Amino acid sequence: METILGIDYPTWWFLVIGGLFSGYAILDGFDFGAGAWHLFFKKELNRRIALNAVGPVWDGNEVWLVIGGGALFAGFPVMYATLFSSLYIPFMLFLIFIIFRAISIEFRGKEEMLWWRRLWDVSYSISSIMLAFLLGVVLGNVLQGFAIGENYQYTGSGFFEFLNPYAIMTGVTTLALFMAHGAIYLLLKTEGAMFDQLTNLLQKGMIFFMVSFAITTLYTLLYIPHLSDDFKSAPILFAVPVLTFLSIANVPRLASKKNYKLAFFFSSLTISLLLVLVAVELYPNLLFSTVDPKYSLDVYEAASSERSLGIMLLFVAIGGPLVLGYTFFVYRTFRGKVKLDDHSY
Amino acid sequence: MDVELLARIQFAFTVAFHYIYPPLSIGIGLLMVVFESLYVRTKKEDYHILAKFWTKIFALTFGIGVVTGIVMEFEFGTNWATYSRYVGDVFGSALAAEGIFAFALESGFLGVLLFGWNRVKPWVHLVSTIGVFLGSMFSAIWIVVANSWQQTPAGYHIVGEGMQARAEITDFWAMVFNPSSVERIWHVWLGAFLAGVFLILSVHAYYILRGRYVSISKKAFKITLIIATITSLAQLVAGHASAEVVAEHQPAKLAALEGHYDESAAADMYLFGWVDQEKQEVTGLAIPGGLSFLLDQDFEAPVTGLNAFPADERPSQVNAVFQFYHLMVAIGMFLIALTLYASFLLWKKKLFTKKWLLWVFVFTALLPQIANQVGWFSAEMGRQPWVVYGLLRTNEAFSQAVTANQVLFSLILFFAVYALLFLLFVYLLNKKIKHGPYEEANDEDDDRPLTKEISEVVTG
Repeated sequence: METILGIDYPTWWFLVIGGLFSGYAILDGFDFGAGAWHLFFKKELNRRIALNAVGPVWDGNEVWLVIGGGALFAGFPVMYATLFSSLYIPFMLFLIFIIFRAISIEFRGKEEMLWWRRLWDVSYSISSIMLAFLLGVVLGNVLQGFAIGENYQYTGSGFFEFLNPYAIMTGVTTLALFMAHGAIYLLLKTEGAMFDQLTNLLQKGMIFFMVSFAITTLYTLLYIPHLSDDFKSAPILFAVPVLTFLSIANVPRLASKKNYKLAFFFSSLTISLLLVLVAVELYPNLLFSTVDPKYSLDVYEAASSERSLGIMLLFVAIGGPLVLGYTFFVYRTFRGKVKLDDHSY
Repeated sequence: MDVELLARIQFAFTVAFHYIYPPLSIGIGLLMVVFESLYVRTKKEDYHILAKFWTKIFALTFGIGVVTGIVMEFEFGTNWATYSRYVGDVFGSALAAEGIFAFALESGFLGVLLFGWNRVKPWVHLVSTIGVFLGSMFSAIWIVVANSWQQTPAGYHIVGEGMQARAEITDFWAMVFNPSSVERIWHVWLGAFLAGVFLILSVHAYYILRGRYVSISKKAFKITLIIATITSLAQLVAGHASAEVVAEHQPAKLAALEGHYDESAAADMYLFGWVDQEKQEVTGLAIPGGLSFLLDQDFEAPVTGLNAFPADERPSQVNAVFQFYHLMVAIGMFLIALTLYASFLLWKKKLFTKKWLLWVFVFTALLPQIANQVGWFSAEMGRQPWVVYGLLRTNEAFSQAVTANQVLFSLILFFAVYALLFLLFVYLLNKKIKHGPYEEANDEDDDRPLTKEISEVVTG
């Protein structure tokens, strides 16, 4: 088997996808989080500022989803096909809400009527909340495993099997995480009374996250033993949860010092570390079958051929630095507090 | 209804809806680059205004393109799981290239393009505009490469059997340059340019007719008309090249395009007609031996007909394929005639006096859209019963694990949400057009009375 730096191609691609999903979760995470808080702002001006804080970037952030999905399709087609067809309903709902959210952002500012703006405010906020929740629900199902049978076919039944207690908990946790992350992002983008309100909201968001994260962690340790296998075999990996906890704890510490730039960095890092934690829990598996472990999919079974992966890794090596370069350029251009002008929403 | 049919309806509906927008983004993007380059070179404010105005409309089409595009990508996995497993290895590298080189380029520069007018130097902004435009062109390349591989597979071998069978890539460049990809990329690019430029012509023709923003609209119209004329003519060449590839590699599809059943006889070329699938006859106006002549420069040359293929290896909806194809060709010919005539008038300096012609341009914006849609319908329906030509059948490709109720549920949701999305698009487009490229109070032509401007439109 071909390797680069002693790591085989499927594992490299697993890492690439982890990186892409981290990028996506950090970027669309603050975007969904800001949307989830939207109805907490009562004044029209504040709602416009909140919307325009994500205005220049939300579209681009969603492109990360397209890239992440494409990378999954490209590198692990078997996993991609099995996951998406098994969790049909949550993925369809995700699509519907992502469209609704885009519609709300575009529609809202186009008429002056109060009822019009309220309508799209509510729709924007609900779709943001649902999107964060559904991402967590999918993650919960992946971690817990679902009914995969012969020939990668889903053998579960019913419309709402995806909505099990564990998935609901991971969904709520993801929402809470994004809300805290979004609040910090908005703090970087606002001033005055709105800024003061957000410091208060950030506290609530962090408490919400800590509580739901604690419950989810406990649930995982008690009921989903297969996720801790890797930790037992390689205790060094305990460094990951330890670092995660440290990173989480650092966010309120920095927030109380009013160092929101660094707090945003650490809430981004927390999201990455949580995904590293997920990666460690999963690897080398990608999907767990609750029917029979022999139907579970690992990276080798799910991966494209080495030739295909080799080409794709080359693309990433060439294109990755470019992507980081112009993402940095965009965020630099729009750094600082929101200024409304005639190009705003 | 069964899962396969529902899944096909859902895919056709969502992809047809999606395909309204990316071509507009590519076509408008081209003119944004032209207008903004002119601005950076000449420093004339008119071009700046035009670039900004069309960027606003671009933002609308791009946004809808992204969200409806996510739907397409997800549907491969949700509704076409067997297909995804089968083609994943081959498409993988094309998709990865699209993501890294195209989408990331577009999304990266999009923020600066839309919101950065006052924040970066003009040339930096122009670089961003070009970045977004190139990104959209690249993404067209990769998606057409993937589709072309489904039409004319190359550079692969088959591994495994039954449900486990899948295509694996053996030669990346053979996959990218499969027999139909180059011709089809040109065809798709030009189709996209046409969608964009005819919308721009339509809006500016409307302004001229209404006596608003007249001088700037005339400038925009002239530049865009020249591009539209070249593009329409080039599309004839690209379309013909595509048809030759179909003739060589997908003879069953070619036969369906002209409703040609005889196993091996000279084939006619119809201007219009109706295929009776029972009697295997076409009624209509034809150039006898026309298809034979186009392919072999000989009116008598035999062309392989549908009956040369077993019934389960050729498209069943021959009349639909025939009609869609002929509608596309007819629109293409009309666009050539229209742009050549208008260019002639422009040269004679009579263009803006022909009110009726400007009205024709106002409505012609719809035609390239229709041509793009029906062109794809004939390409995809003509490939049936295969999803990957000669390798994987459509009725084996859908997700076995998904139930009819689930697909019906999502299909209804898509109908509802896309109806709303389309209303939004029409509403916003209308609003942006009504608002115009700039506040009319600042109209530099405003010192002239409006009546004078109208009389100028009428009399030249």
